Amino acid sequence: MSEYQNYLKGSPLEVRVLTRRFGIPNSTSIDVYLQHDGYKALKKAFEIGPDAIINEMKNSGLRGRGGAGFNTGMKWSFVPKQSARPKYVVCNADESEPGTCKDRPLMEYDPHQLLEGIIIAGFAIGSHQGYIYIRGEYRYLMEILDRALAEAYARGFLGKNILGTGFDFDLCTHTGAGAYECGEETALLNSLEGLRGYPRIKPPFPAIVGLYEGPTIINNVETLANVPHIIQNGAEWFAKLGTPKNGGTRLFCLSGHIERPGVYELPMGFPLRRMIEEVGGGVPGGRQLKAVIPGGSSCPVLTADEVDVAMDFDAVAKIGSMLGSGGVVVLDEETCMVKVAQRIMKFYAHESCGWCIPCREGTSWLKSLLERFHSGAGLPEDPDTALDVSYNMLGKTLCPLGDAAAMPTISILKKFRSEFEEHLKLGCCPFEKKAVSVA
Amino acid sequence: MLSEALLKKFEQVIARYPLKRSAIVPCLLFAQDEMGFISDEVIEEVARRVEVRPVEVIEDIGYYSMLHRNPLGKYNLQVCTNVSCMVRGGEEILEHCKKRLGVGHKETTPDGLFSLEEVECLGACCGAPAMQVNYDFYEDLTPAKVDALLERLRRQ
Repeated sequence: MSEYQNYLKGSPLEVRVLTRRFGIPNSTSIDVYLQHDGYKALKKAFEIGPDAIINEMKNSGLRGRGGAGFNTGMKWSFVPKQSARPKYVVCNADESEPGTCKDRPLMEYDPHQLLEGIIIAGFAIGSHQGYIYIRGEYRYLMEILDRALAEAYARGFLGKNILGTGFDFDLCTHTGAGAYECGEETALLNSLEGLRGYPRIKPPFPAIVGLYEGPTIINNVETLANVPHIIQNGAEWFAKLGTPKNGGTRLFCLSGHIERPGVYELPMGFPLRRMIEEVGGGVPGGRQLKAVIPGGSSCPVLTADEVDVAMDFDAVAKIGSMLGSGGVVVLDEETCMVKVAQRIMKFYAHESCGWCIPCREGTSWLKSLLERFHSGAGLPEDPDTALDVSYNMLGKTLCPLGDAAAMPTISILKKFRSEFEEHLKLGCCPFEKKAVSVA
Repeated sequence: MLSEALLKKFEQVIARYPLKRSAIVPCLLFAQDEMGFISDEVIEEVARRVEVRPVEVIEDIGYYSMLHRNPLGKYNLQVCTNVSCMVRGGEEILEHCKKRLGVGHKETTPDGLFSLEEVECLGACCGAPAMQVNYDFYEDLTPAKVDALLERLRRQ
């Protein structure tokens, strides 16, 4: 029997759209969903038709919540209207970006919201089959989704001739089995086709040649969960929730050195400083903030001086980082940033699929270098070597994993260089109580 | 011999896809759930049913970290030490498990009850430090909580 936290600590600063049904008893059941406006958006979608749906999606300013932040309606519009091959909708529920645990509550407490979003997406692009690719570790969520799918079939929201419209759509879950790389959309497609999760060369983009060589849209759980709200309440309403070109709310996962870790739904553009201090209750124990990973471990870290930023895709990009997947990891003054860099690189070295050499070799060499450096046995030239290796990974791999490993490393090497110098000088980690003797 | 229930499950899963080989990973994982590991028999049966060579199934097993060719303990402790867990004591939890069980990373206790694994982010960041025992999540761990859990699992 699991013993896990309710991540929904609640905050008066939240704007609850996606999480509005959370906390209602039995919120996963279709009856409760129907009592609370469930599947109304689907009916409306059938009335307005595919072109109007895609227009609403474009105008809403909804951008991909998996991390890339591409306009979702735009992505859908790339799917050709006529296609000799079947079209597919794939929901990316392979949530694996370190620091990110927002899709978990979305599936745990409101699975039908996600299903409704996927069905609308299917109708919009003219697809008749969808898959929810869910990470293997999230088995209990797959069971929740499977129950919800059975309910939706039984009530005629899935299957043949949905709601008498003549539209057919089938949907099922597909379990992964432990591979971060499969969260990357083309690797996910290979994995879904029963292959190793190696990325594909783009172009062609999945919207043209995707699953089983058919036009395919792949969207994150949170992205698709937003769809019913946009259709129901309109693009203008949704756009106004956030900042220009950044419509809606965002589920932020506050973790690390924070008083109230949890998943909070806040408007796009919410100030990071207030998120840490007011929503999350600040850094515990009166300690000072040192750094923040703003959107999962692939993002360049921000220093304590950089937290006066609006959390939307464009504002965070402007200061050289990324909004990413919504995983906000707060690090206090007692954190060793060399250790953070080393742990992040250990992750990417483990998860690199090995297909592209700059990533495969770069991550494993950087992992060794950073481990040695953190232990106190580093060489004076190591930080520059690490920077050089990182720059030689950037933009040189098929998928973004190489970049994702290089970017946080470069940011830590540049912004926290003094901590590297200190390790060199002391011959051990200054943050660890027991100094390592290297004599 | 594979169970009737498992063979039925294979059939259902394979029917979901226009391309049979899509079912390889789910079939292997469901077989492992029932049998504890992936045997040669499972590999051959899955390969036959999805119409690929056994070596193509083995290729997949080598890629996905949750798929195992050898039996694990009855309870597989997967301790996360990624950044969100690390800064809240994930490494100490891992060390504590190693000490209590007398085994290291990817090892199993001689009685076959527990195996231990250091894993990457489980998506339990807001409940850090966290681990998964088989598919169950345990969060906000302390060494004392780990001891209580191990005791409970031993008695089950």
